[in-house]
Amino acid sequence: MPTKIEKDSVTGQNTTGHEWDGIKELNTPLPTWWLYVLYATVLWSIGQFVLYPSIPGVRTYFSGVLGYSAREELVQKMQAAADQKAPFLDRIRQASLADIRKTPELLGYAVAGGRVAFAENCAGCHQSGGAGAKGYPSLADDEWLWGGNLAEIERTIRYGIRSAHPDSRTSLMPRFGLDGVLERDKIDDAAEFVLSLSNRATNADAAKRGATVYAENCAACHGNAGAGQRELGAPNLADGIWIYGGDKASIVKVIAESRNGVMPAWTDRLDPAVIKMLTVYVHALGGGE
Amino acid sequence: MFSHAKIETNTALLLVLALLTVAIGGIVEIIPLYTIETTIERVQGVRPYSPLELVGRNIYIREGCYLCHSQQIHPFRDEVERYGHYSLAAESMYDHPFQWGSKRTGPDLARVGGKYSNEWHVAHMVQPRSVVPESIMPGYPFLLDRTVNASDIAQHLRAVRKVGVPYTDEMIENARADIDVQQNPDADTTDFAKRYPKAVVGAFDGNPARLTEMDALVAYLQVLGTMVDFSAVTPQQLKQ
Ligand code: HEC
Ligand code: HEC
Ligand code: HEC
Repeated sequence: MPTKIEKDSVTGQNTTGHEWDGIKELNTPLPTWWLYVLYATVLWSIGQFVLYPSIPGVRTYFSGVLGYSAREELVQKMQAAADQKAPFLDRIRQASLADIRKTPELLGYAVAGGRVAFAENCAGCHQSGGAGAKGYPSLADDEWLWGGNLAEIERTIRYGIRSAHPDSRTSLMPRFGLDGVLERDKIDDAAEFVLSLSNRATNADAAKRGATVYAENCAACHGNAGAGQRELGAPNLADGIWIYGGDKASIVKVIAESRNGVMPAWTDRLDPAVIKMLTVYVHALGGGE
Repeated sequence: MFSHAKIETNTALLLVLALLTVAIGGIVEIIPLYTIETTIERVQGVRPYSPLELVGRNIYIREGCYLCHSQQIHPFRDEVERYGHYSLAAESMYDHPFQWGSKRTGPDLARVGGKYSNEWHVAHMVQPRSVVPESIMPGYPFLLDRTVNASDIAQHLRAVRKVGVPYTDEMIENARADIDVQQNPDADTTDFAKRYPKAVVGAFDGNPARLTEMDALVAYLQVLGTMVDFSAVTPQQLKQ
């Protein structure tokens, strides 16, 4: 490779002196401003090396003159945020749920905070505004499975329903079909009786036969007239509000296979003050008792 | 004298020198990670994945969930307030490869374990819009139909052990059986729970008679971020 620096006649610049298959390259100097920016960034990086964690060693590393740590910065920021919120959050922590409800200032704060926490943690199941969906009860109506006063709602949120938490609410509706407790036609009769509770039976005779099946197998939990029982989370079957659907096929399916919905426990995931705000928020959705 | 021409016209020399240059960068950046004591926090609770969780993890990777979901909560206030404690290196020390991800079309999943019920996950995987009406996540209904062929799970555990995951001989011996135990709510879980503390046991897809990819994926999702008990972690342990 010949290395001969020549002057290019068109631009007046020198070439690099390299030549590949007759192609030569101009050696145009970099713009001065560009060079100074480069030098400045090099200087800047030296500053960063000195101030921030940088050079690794064998057992440890040079942690920088500032002693910066993202984790410690976070601790400070969280503390600052906690201090900022403290005037209200401390009052929420100390006040009883009933007092929060009675004090307009606290109520407003709790409902606003509860709404945010609900959107992140609960809306996936209960939908926004607690409207509910198939399998996930509405929290905005007057019908409660386990209880709609502040204390019961808080307990539900803390420990969940059929969750892994030892204090969880539990109860299991038997699987009448899968476990062979009831014959297929008995299940059908029971479903007709359940439909008759909301005046929708399609077969009066079957509903009449179903009354006996119901009295023997279901009334202990759901009550003689289907009003439900909160100690067991057994829903009211006469009110036209359904978790799993009120058409006959859905009802037959629930009786045959049972559903036993699960709600996670939140006491290990959320701050007690947040759970209180959620309680007040859910209570204020419309059906609070 | 040093000359460009000498290096640029000698392929072997160019290769060796280029390799050397790159190696310096690698040595300086990688080796200290193995020797610096605070790289991996010494917290309690992180264990190897149970065989079923491991199968689920493979499905997570196969389906490319990491393209829309990260598994890394950064130490920023907004993330910590939304998702929980920031992720630790220790929490992914048995991940090969890690699933930190870099794209969040959907939310971070590092602590999704325990946030929802199994039923919810199944409904959400089959059709996300059945539970989150505005979701843009694709559905994966076929996971319910595909059975898991887990006959090679013991070899799989052995392979992962080779890269440093401390599976014991006992775990490998029981790998196939542990899969069935974890997805059967009526099984005897005493030994299984000792091997894999905090593993969620249940008929994930609702049918313990069939081992589906849905079972495995939900088992994996339910353990994410639940192994470390942060109430027992001291600030000292988190110091870097
Ligand atoms: C994985 C889905 C899921 C999530 C997430 C969830 N829930 Fe629930 N929740 C349920 C189910 C299912 C039930 C009904 C359980 C049953 O059938 O008894 C329920 C019941 C309830 C009840 C009792 C309703 C009654 O009628 O007694 C309350 C209150 C409640 N949830 C509040 C919340 C709050 C607040 C959150 C968020 C912190 C939340 N839930 C998150 C699934 C969920
Ligand atoms: C051990 C108590 C128990 C017994 C016995 C029982 N149930 Fe239930 N049932 C429940 C509980 C608890 C639920 C709520 C399940 C849930 O929320 O996931 C329920 C739910 C239902 C539902 C669904 C309601 C809805 O809103 O979608 C129907 C229908 C029903 N039961 C009918 C029956 C019939 C019919 C029988 C008798 C053949 C029966 N149950 C026996 C406890 C019981
Ligand atoms: C195209 C991007 C995309 C892909 C691919 C994707 N997701 Fe999602 N995912 C989302 C979005 C967006 C959401 C938020 C809306 C929702 O909950 O459906 C979400 C939500 C979730 C949630 C609920 C998280 C929470 O905290 O509410 C889980 C769990 C989840 N995805 C798991 C998965 C798994 C497992 C896969 C792979 C099989 C996957 N996703 C693939 C976009 C995606």
